[in-house]
Amino acid sequence: MKIVKSRPDLCTGCRACMIACSKVLYKVEDPDKSAIRIKERSGAESGYDIFVCNHCGKCISICSVEAIYKAKNGAVRIDAEKCVGCYMCVGFCPEQAMFVHKDINEPIKCIACGACVRACPTGAIYFEEQD
Amino acid sequence: MAGKILATYEYTPAKVEKGYAGKTLYINLSEMTIKEKPVTEKMKEIFVGGRGFGLWYLWNAVSSDTKWNDPENEIIIAGGPICGITQYPGSGKAAVVTLSPLTGCPMDNNVGGYFAPLLKFSGWDALEIQGKSDRDVIVFIDGNRGKVVIEDASDEPADTHLLAEKLTERYADSEEDKRNISVVSSGKGAENTLIGMLNVSFYDVKRRAVRVKQAGRGGSGTVFRDKKIKAVVVKYKGVTGDSNNPADKEKIINAALRLHKEIFELDKLQNRMREVGTANLVEVMNDYDLLPVMNFQYGSHPDADKITSKVFREKYFTQNVPDNCWYGCSLSCAKAVDNYEVKTGPYKGQKVCVDAAEYETIAAVAANCGIFDPEYVIEANFYCDTYGLDTISFGNIVGFAMECYERGIINKEITGGLELKFGNADAALELLHQMARGEGFGKIAGQGVKNLREYILEKTGADPKLLRDISMEIKGLEVSMYVSKESLAQQGGYAFANKGPQHDEAWLIFMDMVNKQIPTFEDKAEALHYFPIFRTWFSLQGLCKLPWNDIVPADNAMTDEPHKIPAHVQNYVDLFNGVTGKNITKEELLLQSERVFNFQRIFNLKMGKGTREYDMPPFRLLGPATKEEYESRAERYDKQLKELGYDIEGKAKEEKMTMLRQYRESQFEKLMDAVYKRRGWNKNGVPTLETAKKLGIDFPDVVELIAKYQV
Ligand code: SF4
Ligand code: SF4
Ligand code: SF4
Repeated sequence: MKIVKSRPDLCTGCRACMIACSKVLYKVEDPDKSAIRIKERSGAESGYDIFVCNHCGKCISICSVEAIYKAKNGAVRIDAEKCVGCYMCVGFCPEQAMFVHKDINEPIKCIACGACVRACPTGAIYFEEQD
Repeated sequence: MAGKILATYEYTPAKVEKGYAGKTLYINLSEMTIKEKPVTEKMKEIFVGGRGFGLWYLWNAVSSDTKWNDPENEIIIAGGPICGITQYPGSGKAAVVTLSPLTGCPMDNNVGGYFAPLLKFSGWDALEIQGKSDRDVIVFIDGNRGKVVIEDASDEPADTHLLAEKLTERYADSEEDKRNISVVSSGKGAENTLIGMLNVSFYDVKRRAVRVKQAGRGGSGTVFRDKKIKAVVVKYKGVTGDSNNPADKEKIINAALRLHKEIFELDKLQNRMREVGTANLVEVMNDYDLLPVMNFQYGSHPDADKITSKVFREKYFTQNVPDNCWYGCSLSCAKAVDNYEVKTGPYKGQKVCVDAAEYETIAAVAANCGIFDPEYVIEANFYCDTYGLDTISFGNIVGFAMECYERGIINKEITGGLELKFGNADAALELLHQMARGEGFGKIAGQGVKNLREYILEKTGADPKLLRDISMEIKGLEVSMYVSKESLAQQGGYAFANKGPQHDEAWLIFMDMVNKQIPTFEDKAEALHYFPIFRTWFSLQGLCKLPWNDIVPADNAMTDEPHKIPAHVQNYVDLFNGVTGKNITKEELLLQSERVFNFQRIFNLKMGKGTREYDMPPFRLLGPATKEEYESRAERYDKQLKELGYDIEGKAKEEKMTMLRQYRESQFEKLMDAVYKRRGWNKNGVPTLETAKKLGIDFPDVVELIAKYQV
């Protein structure tokens, strides 16, 4: 499958990816509802960190109601019908790549659609094949 | 006729607003009536929810003369305002309140499983059951349809592992629907003893198995079966992170994410609850000489390494499954043994999933009976659960009986041929089956340690003083599993506890003995004021205690009061405010608890107890009660006496024991005075009129009652 990878040094912090993502996932242009996050580094370091799911699947066993599964295309997905919005998986993601919003029951996570990649003007994020 | 509907009630399920449904479901089994009662603003203000509601309903239901098996007695099951949120670990607990057959006073338990959250989302903050049915019944609450029915259950099995599974199958529409069902049930043991407990189920999606958590202490299951209830079942489909309809969800989410992250990073370095649950305490307590061995005579045993968490982890506990007793508990302590093949009794040969084993159970059924066999632990755990028996009381009873047997106080004539020697696992299991059947010595022993002592005294002419010293009960309830001989704070924690000696009120032993956070006398008295009150709060809200201090933030040690876990207390303030939209401080949080705590103390008084004399422990709680105990730790005790300025040169053991006893008893009395004073109680342990007034619980009947005890 293809996963989103990043080159943070190319990121200008425009957040076009976040807007594109929220549009695909929730049909709104709201960076707070995006599954990819650009965060400005704090302190002496300048630039941006990029947080996005790599579909490692570690969260699957964390969920007690089997709401997280590997879809046919290899993407790790959440079944919103089963999810009880407990956010255990959010706290447990080693990549810190799941996000929450008070109006959305389930965690916000990447579905590997590539919309963010297409929106990025600098190539700071790209799609890469992995097994 | 089995399955026949005896009563039906249709209702429009109330929508939960800011943590409350605003209604209580009242069922009277004598009259077969079902109705609803409003939850008033005043109730919320004074009693908050959970245990507070339970005590208030019970107070109004019973008189000073009510006995546990009178129809007036009630069983109240209630969560609390925070109960049912899915984000913060430990938010699905039910408080169970009833008059106890062991103590004659109100008993409270805090139990996991899905019952209380599903009950609330079905429109009910509390379930209040009064009266007694003349035949076995099941109460079924359908929270989606808005329907409550009472059905004849004459043909149903009583034992939990059969019944909970059967009813989950029956009421669920599909495999996916099973998680929307929770069953409260007990078992045959509860019918035939006074130590019956309640199991509360949930469906473990990953294991495809019905699991149960226990409201263990003080005979709630006995009351349940006495009312002829086989089960109470609730069904509600549609739980989400918003079902509790909180006022400010962000406050809750922020606290929850902080804690999930903490658990993810630190649990493996701290208590490893996710791997072994509470079982890790076995080795810790054994190392510190605090593990009850052979009826609390000793605090450690060389064979204890056979029943440590290491053994259970490697050979028995299934790993890498989120073992939580409600959604969102990432601490996940509810370990289980899958595919256990039962070895004895009526279910021999069956393969079962056992909710085993917590520290208290391992210590009680095994170490305290001198048995060090992990498979016996699982077997006894399984049978206690399915028979509806409290493992802590069971282990105490067996340990006490074994000590009496070994000391020659009782013999085979009394035990009906059972060789009740320490270490005899077969005899312990046989006694367990007898309790369930209500036969032989099991029937007598099943009445609890206090009643067993009275029985032995009557039959044998044994020394009453010795028997009192070694029978580990206070107020009629058996002591939970910590040797408190060297911890004055824990002695008080046990002896002054409202419901009887259960550690959930004041578990200070670790703070006192291991972390040494409360060294002075004043520190201990203050701790015995603060912690019982603070800990009461969980049971008002529908919360579990464990995520408060079984995981701590990395920087906790740097805070002013590390033993209070200040960051987590702040989380609780945020949760309460986030759910209810109120704006309490941590001081007001304590005040909520202090009210209910004092009200419960006064309730004991209403039932003719609740004074100083009922807070007196057996001497073994305070120190070595027998020569063997003194001898086993002679160096420690000799040293202590010398440091205290006693001249022990050439003194006989008996003399030294007397000195130590006098000293420890005087310390205990001194502590009692200090704690009573700190709590705003008089010397007799009764809240003063001023205290009742300050707390706003000075209702006319309360004032009238406590006025009689003011001098
Ligand atoms: S959300 Fe986190 S844990 Fe789950 S697949 Fe993505 S990176 Fe892995
Ligand atoms: S938030 Fe949803 S997907 Fe994540 S662990 Fe909880 S139930 Fe499972
Ligand atoms: S810590 Fe254990 S008992 Fe407490 S809520 Fe979590 S799983 Fe249940």
